[in-house]
Amino acid sequence: MMRRALSRLANPQLLALAGVLLINWILFPNFFRITWQDGRLFGSLIDVLNRGAPVAILAIGMAGVIATKGVDLSVGAIMAVAGAVAATLVVAGYPAPVAVLAALAVGLLCGLWNGFLVAVLDIQPIIATLVLMVAGRGIAQLITEGFIITFNDPVLVFIGTGSFLGFPMAAVIALVLMVLVTLLVRRTAIGLFIEAVGVNRAAASLAGIRSRMLLFLVYGLSGLCAAVAGIIVAGDIRGADANNAGLWLELDAILAVVIGGTSLLGGRFSVPLAVVGALIIQAMNTGILVSGFPPEFNLIVKAALILLVLIIQSPLATRIVPVRVAAPEARK
Amino acid sequence: MSRSLRPLVATAVIFAIAYGLAVMQFPTMFSTRVLGNFLTDNAFLGITAVGMTFVILSGGIDLSVGAVIGFTGILIAVLIAWAGWHPLAAFAMALAIAAAFGGTMGLAIHFLQVPAFIVTLAGMFLARGGASVITRDSIPVNHEFYSWISSLLIRLPGGGRLSVIGILMIAVFIIGALVAHRTKFGSYVYALGGNETSASLMGVPVARTTVGVYMLSSVLAALAGIVFSLYTSAGYPLAAVGVELDAISAVVIGGTLLTGGYGFVLGTFIGVMLLGLVQTYIIFDGSLSSWWTKIVIGGLLFLFIVLQRLIFAASTPGEKSS
Amino acid sequence: MADEQFALEARGITKVFGNHIALDGVNFGLRAGEVHALLGENGAGKSTLIKILTGVYQATEGQVVAEGTPITLDNPQHAQRYGIGTVYQEVNLLPNRSVAENLFLGHQPTRFGLVDRRKMERESRAVLQRYGLDLDPSSELGAHSVAVQQIVAIARAVELSGKVLILDEPTASLDRNEVERLFEIIRDLKARGLAVVFITHFLDQVFAVSDRVTILRNGKLIETRPLEGTTRTDVVRLMLGKDVAFSGATGVEDERAVGEVLLDFRDYGKKRSIHPFNLTIHKGEVVGVAGLLGSGRTEMARIMFGADAADEGSVVFRGKPIKINRPTDAIAHGFGFLPEDRKVEGIFGDLSVRENIVIALQGKLGWFSALNRDEQLEIAGRFGESMDIRAASLDMPIKLLSGGNQQKVILSRWLATDPTFLILDEPTRGIDVGAHAEIVRTINRLRDEGLALVVISSELDEVVAYSTRIVVMRDREMVAELTGENINPGVIVQAIANHREGPPA
Repeated sequence: MMRRALSRLANPQLLALAGVLLINWILFPNFFRITWQDGRLFGSLIDVLNRGAPVAILAIGMAGVIATKGVDLSVGAIMAVAGAVAATLVVAGYPAPVAVLAALAVGLLCGLWNGFLVAVLDIQPIIATLVLMVAGRGIAQLITEGFIITFNDPVLVFIGTGSFLGFPMAAVIALVLMVLVTLLVRRTAIGLFIEAVGVNRAAASLAGIRSRMLLFLVYGLSGLCAAVAGIIVAGDIRGADANNAGLWLELDAILAVVIGGTSLLGGRFSVPLAVVGALIIQAMNTGILVSGFPPEFNLIVKAALILLVLIIQSPLATRIVPVRVAAPEARK
Repeated sequence: MSRSLRPLVATAVIFAIAYGLAVMQFPTMFSTRVLGNFLTDNAFLGITAVGMTFVILSGGIDLSVGAVIGFTGILIAVLIAWAGWHPLAAFAMALAIAAAFGGTMGLAIHFLQVPAFIVTLAGMFLARGGASVITRDSIPVNHEFYSWISSLLIRLPGGGRLSVIGILMIAVFIIGALVAHRTKFGSYVYALGGNETSASLMGVPVARTTVGVYMLSSVLAALAGIVFSLYTSAGYPLAAVGVELDAISAVVIGGTLLTGGYGFVLGTFIGVMLLGLVQTYIIFDGSLSSWWTKIVIGGLLFLFIVLQRLIFAASTPGEKSS
Repeated sequence: MADEQFALEARGITKVFGNHIALDGVNFGLRAGEVHALLGENGAGKSTLIKILTGVYQATEGQVVAEGTPITLDNPQHAQRYGIGTVYQEVNLLPNRSVAENLFLGHQPTRFGLVDRRKMERESRAVLQRYGLDLDPSSELGAHSVAVQQIVAIARAVELSGKVLILDEPTASLDRNEVERLFEIIRDLKARGLAVVFITHFLDQVFAVSDRVTILRNGKLIETRPLEGTTRTDVVRLMLGKDVAFSGATGVEDERAVGEVLLDFRDYGKKRSIHPFNLTIHKGEVVGVAGLLGSGRTEMARIMFGADAADEGSVVFRGKPIKINRPTDAIAHGFGFLPEDRKVEGIFGDLSVRENIVIALQGKLGWFSALNRDEQLEIAGRFGESMDIRAASLDMPIKLLSGGNQQKVILSRWLATDPTFLILDEPTRGIDVGAHAEIVRTINRLRDEGLALVVISSELDEVVAYSTRIVVMRDREMVAELTGENINPGVIVQAIANHREGPPA
């Protein structure tokens, strides 16, 4: 067990994260300094956890979707919708728990809508989720009536900016969600079925696995995670910004999952590694910021990162550098 | 009626009805002035959408076009305002860079065998980041060439004005239609979107066509960036955010099958006009808010995706659920 | 003998993939003005040979010779230039484009750089008329029947190539009239001096249209001979490698005792796939299914398992009528299915051996009663041992295993569900000798333990050895049921060939 745990730590994602952190430290010697102030931790590392949380949460939901050979482009827009719902309700005087539950329910509903398009109407995932990606922000604006709705509800603000045992609330939520979802997929057979469907849908069908419910589940979960991220972001800025909340985060989430080792062609996935992927992206963001580069470099570095991951995962690379010598087999 | 015509006809009918209703409510919408502005205001979207039509016809998608527009705008502004280049030289430079950029994306898609959306996503990050690295500010362009271009107008009876960029868009649509429907390259694009294996067995140069398609898309996005620059007389790194979604929507609403192989460049024109109509109507109405645009576009998108699903259910390539 | 000049010739072609020899020194000569049937079961090397002759693959050894000149073919376009055109089983045209464009794609007539549509359509009309098609060249290809599409594909291949036409199972999805129409075209092309290679699984069609036949088996050339004076039985025997004079070391003498009726398929069938059939299956028996590729044997297996839904007939299971519309229905009653194409429908390549073994059992248990890792390892280990699965670790991806071991894993997958009825489609194809023996041993053991099995195989020796009964399929129809002494290769070959030499009981 111990050795297995150790060998798990030595995977490329964690090494990459360590590498990025190390570079950050070289560029900015105070990177690892953590201080205790007003009952919470401060420091660049904590900042990585805090800022990385929304994408990490999106990636938790996205991992299952991509494992089924799908993709969910709508999560950024769902974030905006969920934030708008929560903000509008608390401003209208509803208690925060109601607002949060309503936002989560709306997120889940959006996810199930995507699941319906993919599983029942059999529309390609990228196309199916494009609908909400386009319309979602409009719906969010409809809810907020075009304003940036600000609020001071202590519960929502706490979700966005509070701390628990010194750690930022957002990071704590991400961690809890990661553990829960990992348990959900690994303690049940769901994870295995998702991978089976992603690897070979025809064989999965013949082995008696029904993919339809699974697709509803993964897209619903993705919508739910997006809603959580949306509430956090809204709480963080104490307001719902329908135009900018979660903008482009779907792409970061996809990237995080891909960095976490899940192929865009479906198959093996790991929720914790997707979270690590999100942290790698955020560590780079933070590193660029603290070392004084303009934040726009982020985008370029991200582009380079995508290209790198694609090259590593491409059939071309596996042909040049065979990972393992396969038992030779007749090819037809 | 051939199947591929049906979505196009549906779009045309929806456009005609919508326009008719709008005119009944606001008679002034039926004027050359409104129509002229219509073309001018949607020129950059229309030009982008022509490129996107080729990409989607070939079975791909290009998420980088909005970023290319933004990058082009900034590049031109910097070259003119800071480096003192003549606008035409700056335009040529921008188009050349875009060609190289799109070609590279095409190469990556073909040779790495990865989904187009992820490659063009990297392209989007790169172009947006590149633009922001050049400058984070809006840079105004004050050049006599710009004033001269915007002074060139065809006055239409009824007070309408047809601008150079409006004419340019129409020209791009006409040339785009010719290329798509009357050249070998065009037939290769359809072939690729229909079935890549068949296309390859029938002798279609798959690599060359893929590269060509993404090159075309980027070049047209850069042209749209030039138009946008002329339209706003400024460059801004965050210009045209989300235009890729509008362009994709216009293409799909215009009757092109999102999985490729079926569609018309002319349909995209109607799609662009329909999007423009929604916007114009909302402005005319005054009481409707701008977000309805997105919701209506999303609704139309859904409608057309389901419509295509029904029409092409029997022959859509790709995996079948068993 | 070697000085005969062929329109197209393969000389000593060997093709090796990895360590698998797909073709082993095959000679093949094609005369102008003949229709030459190329026959063989799956894995015989037909498609590899075709792909080498059309430039899709390059031979490891040997030469392709066109009209006496050795040529090198790098790609299909290259082959086209030497006058070699191909029509594939799945019509490889573009259903989304017009008929005219499908005929001329890549060679469209142009004027001022633009495609001259009017000219293209005019020429198309002329071409189509030569093939007896009177249709609008501007219409979408996908709007026409498969037969028409097939003829358009032939027209394209002939117009662009003109010397050699290779037809790879062109009739697979055509009805009788359409096939006849196709044959008229083939005869016409032959009269025009074209050399035609014709690949099919339907023996009737071979005899209806071909002049000579070449038979491949396991990558080797068995024989090329004129069809005149050749019987169907001869052909089947050559394909399956069976001597009618084969004397049964089969133990057919002892009527194997069978148990009570488990399953009863009544008038069970699916339109355009398999004619309704009747089959009663008892506990403790193996029903062998013999028939050539394309005879409907796989289709029968698939509707029995619900992989395709039957549209007529009924099933009675243990005395009660049941419905099998989906694999899950079948699995719920204790069915298992080992599909023919291991790679496409069997294995989950990236998943571990362990997961590949437990997946069907887990599917039966549902989402929430998950087998934990230890239970999975126990189950996988048990079958790994009893089936002698050779894997360095049960946690390694199954795609790294040899074909035989993969097959044992899939068989284990079903055994883990404690099945009552197993359908095995070609369980021993393309696997090594050791695994082959292990699987045959397992089939015997399962039968003796009281399971009911349906086993499809083209290895007649093998079917004869373990079957208690054999049904023979031909042209998507169950044509014979053999028991007792009739379970012998000679009778099976005759039944497959439908030769009236000695009617089977």
